[in-house]
Amino acid sequence: MKISDIQDLEVFTCVQGEYSNIELTGGYTSDLLSDVMGNADEGSVLITIQAHKNTIAVCSLAGVAAIIICNDRAVPDEMLDAAANENIAIFQTAENQFKTSALIAQHIGHCPAR
Amino acid sequence: MSPEHKQPLQSSLRVQELIYGLRISQVMTNKVFAVSRNCTMRDVQTIMKNNSITGVPVVDNKRVVGIVSMNDLMNALEQGAMEECVIRWMVGEVQTLAEDMPLSFAISAFGKFSFRQFPVVNKKNELVGILTFRNINMALIRELSRQLREMEQKNEQPPEPDSLVLAKVYQLHRYDFENGGKASAEMKKFLKERGIPPKVVRRVAIASYELEINLVAHSIGGMLGFDINEERVKISSHDRGPGIKDTAVAMTEGYSTANEWIRSQGFGAGMGLPNVKRVSDEFAIESAVGMGTMVQAIINLKTEGSNENK
Repeated sequence: MKISDIQDLEVFTCVQGEYSNIELTGGYTSDLLSDVMGNADEGSVLITIQAHKNTIAVCSLAGVAAIIICNDRAVPDEMLDAAANENIAIFQTAENQFKTSALIAQHIGHCPAR
Repeated sequence: MSPEHKQPLQSSLRVQELIYGLRISQVMTNKVFAVSRNCTMRDVQTIMKNNSITGVPVVDNKRVVGIVSMNDLMNALEQGAMEECVIRWMVGEVQTLAEDMPLSFAISAFGKFSFRQFPVVNKKNELVGILTFRNINMALIRELSRQLREMEQKNEQPPEPDSLVLAKVYQLHRYDFENGGKASAEMKKFLKERGIPPKVVRRVAIASYELEINLVAHSIGGMLGFDINEERVKISSHDRGPGIKDTAVAMTEGYSTANEWIRSQGFGAGMGLPNVKRVSDEFAIESAVGMGTMVQAIINLKTEGSNENK
């Protein structure tokens, strides 16, 4: 699954589109930034409700390539700006973390690398 | 919450960081003039006068049981009690410092207490030295001249642009989450540009970021230093307090003292220090309540013998 494929799924809206469209290596679901820092894989997508500029700092350091913000949480402008600078994609959805993770896992499961 | 903080000169931060990392035993005066319980105030006066010092510890079998300062001496003099035993005039509850503490803890102690000197004790609680602000100034001057010499030598041979050797110090302020992460991002970029494997760079970034966030979220402010050479990255974090009561507990995954506001920033999961330790090849933490915390993390750059699979 490529990052752009997330956009093709109906429930997700792309809110930050400046990213390099890589093949996702996996996903990680968490709202604790230290947990993301320690455990998320390089080139993965983060599923979270943590819509904050600090999330971008952590994702950038951990090499997370895309973020999905769940439960329609508002994404602050400063988070969008930071993400654009770091080339990290941001998507928004009304779904919760559980449903989002299930949906993304299904698609990443089809990725030829797996 | 995050006012504009002006970054001081790199060279001054670097000297500050270096002296913070010195041990009290390297800086203190080893030759201590002490008196025993049954000495008189007159004895103390003579010692102070002959050696131009302003405080004399009172010891019993090498243990510090009190200290007589110039002030106590004046009081005794006023009362015409110079022939009385020191135990009647000394201050009994003495704040001592341990000889193996980092100097940064002592600097906090000078800020916190109004004492002009601190008796220094060893592990057995025996008096081994005395620390005054003069000792700290001397250490600062020594470090400054050493730095100056180094800079002069460096000027003669300018470093190669892609050199892996780097010494840099960042100052961090309480609750300044805006700038927490800046140091890590810069170091990550520096190592990446020099072809260090992404896995290793990631470990440096994790250790450094967690330490940055700790300084911002939990300390009253401090500094984060990077010392990089071909072999390893050494990250040192120093703060001025509040200190950790039990470092073993603080190292437990899930333990956190973070408040609601810190949690609202996405931190405070109690994974910071355990994460740092996990990604480091060498890790050390020291803390004293009211004085500060020092953390040192080393990550080897040569893959051989390094903490793989982290």
